[in-house]
Amino acid sequence: MTLTQAEKAAVVTIWAKVATQADAIGAESLERLFTTYPQTKTYFPHFDLSQGSAQLRGHGSKVMNAIGEAVKNIGDIRGALAKLSELHAYILRVDPVNFKLLSHCILCSVAARYPSDFTPEVHAAWDKFLSSVSSVLTEKYR
Amino acid sequence: IVYPWTQRFFDNFGNLSSPTAIIGNPKVRAHGKKVLTSFGEAVKNLENLKATYSKLSELHCEKLHVDPENFRLLGDILIIVLAAHFTKDFTPACQATWQKLVGVVAHALAYKYH
Repeated sequence: MTLTQAEKAAVVTIWAKVATQADAIGAESLERLFTTYPQTKTYFPHFDLSQGSAQLRGHGSKVMNAIGEAVKNIGDIRGALAKLSELHAYILRVDPVNFKLLSHCILCSVAARYPSDFTPEVHAAWDKFLSSVSSVLTEKYR
Repeated sequence: IVYPWTQRFFDNFGNLSSPTAIIGNPKVRAHGKKVLTSFGEAVKNLENLKATYSKLSELHCEKLHVDPENFRLLGDILIIVLAAHFTKDFTPACQATWQKLVGVVAHALAYKYH
């Protein structure tokens, strides 16, 4: 699955807006994830997952920074996220199904904050983009 | 638009060749209304979803031949549309509840499959 030029442009344009609230969106996306799919909390027994917790905000930032890296290197996501890919494959080993769940929650957060920008085409581009990111992060699993 | 392969079920809908065509397509609009109305029935019959969707389930299996995975895809799209529509009112708790609803509706629609 490759992104067309138009799709890459859509991702980059929206990212410019998202980046201004990256930390808040990251935290909100995780909050959506843990509330909607409680089984995902099993990966964070060491975290305080209450709303507004510092760890939640910190981790949300981490996730959004990585996505930002992928946006900046949208022509070579695999290269940009190589280290993260290894981390997830050998250390974290988060089951691949969870990447879809988090991607969905990120889309919800972005849609809720930028409703007029979040057209069906933009939605499609972002869904594909996050799907690519997820693929890269799970491709070394086996 | 997001999952173009789902167009396979709608050969008789006319022009679905581009996002603009899809958004302006009257059959798409009419079908969206049908689906949402059906959701309304679900909300009114939360205690008895399997019975409420029994005939629709048989229809989707025997006549329409829709893979139940598509119910999940549509449910997730509905959630995102709600997020864009209700913005900050569509809180995590609200999303969690609605995900459960689309999940049980999808389950009820798939229940009569054989």
